[in-house]
Amino acid sequence: MTVQGESSEHQWVDDHAGPVVRPYAMTRGRARPVTGTFDLISLVTATRSDVTPEVGLGPEHLAIVGLCQRIQSVAEIAAHLDLPVGTIRVLLGDLAARSLVQVREPHTTAGLPDNSVFEAVINGLRAL
Amino acid sequence: MDYGHSERPAGATPLPTAIKILVAGGFGVGKTTMVGAVSETRPLRTEEVLTESGVGIDDLSGVESKTTTTVAMDFGRITISDDLVLYLFGTPGQDRFWFVWDELALGALGAVVLADTRRLADCFPSIDYFEGRGTPFVVAVNCFEGARQYRLDEVQAALNLDPGVPVLLCDARQRESSKEVLITLMEHAMKTREARRRAAAAE
Repeated sequence: MTVQGESSEHQWVDDHAGPVVRPYAMTRGRARPVTGTFDLISLVTATRSDVTPEVGLGPEHLAIVGLCQRIQSVAEIAAHLDLPVGTIRVLLGDLAARSLVQVREPHTTAGLPDNSVFEAVINGLRAL
Repeated sequence: MDYGHSERPAGATPLPTAIKILVAGGFGVGKTTMVGAVSETRPLRTEEVLTESGVGIDDLSGVESKTTTTVAMDFGRITISDDLVLYLFGTPGQDRFWFVWDELALGALGAVVLADTRRLADCFPSIDYFEGRGTPFVVAVNCFEGARQYRLDEVQAALNLDPGVPVLLCDARQRESSKEVLITLMEHAMKTREARRRAAAAE
């Protein structure tokens, strides 16, 4: 994704020049995921401990699977891989379509059955 | 958290539920500071790249090559239990990114509006937004050194707040103080929800 090494011909490329590979290229031009909506706080976990490279999966897909060995939100994946959320959503759609990740969409406030979530948060904060 | 499993069949591990709270307010009021004070890691930053269609308010005349805008959001995580993870999102300060706010506010349990008494007007747009959406919120006055101290009822009057909206003083750098703000918010959100349920049931 970024240029490695210190050889003189690459020295002009710094962070200000922007990413060497555009996010758009990583998704092969797609702006929407093939499946799923992926809220910022949808939680994602990998279904396998690692994935071998296969057709249609790029290094960013594999990086997501690696990262999601521990449960991560969509926002966290984007932050850790330093990619825009929209790009991550497309890549997650590819992984979800292959059942390589499992996704849990967040509750809506209206969908909360009772006050137990609020009470759990209050108790959890007090215990911090 | 799961560690050390080489294979995890899909559907076997129930994933926790995620919830979110927003931290809003004017530029430089301490939103990211508060997120960092209570989160388990330092605040992370995520970016949304908006394409032309999303930036209709931007005047792009003269900069035809500029077709995207990046909106950054700082956020942090607090693992409440094995079943529940809380995310705190600092809202982007610029008022023109309302559509990002709409995405953030969807499903949020509540919001903290951080205020600085030296620039109280900076938090008006946040208050208007949450009032309009019906998102439960509290106003936390971040006590900056050197700022004149106002009484809470003075702040409440100056902001023309509904009497039910909690107003409290805080120090966004302090974990305990920021925790107290979030606890107050959750108690308020719970009461608001109960009141709405009762009102709905009475109709």
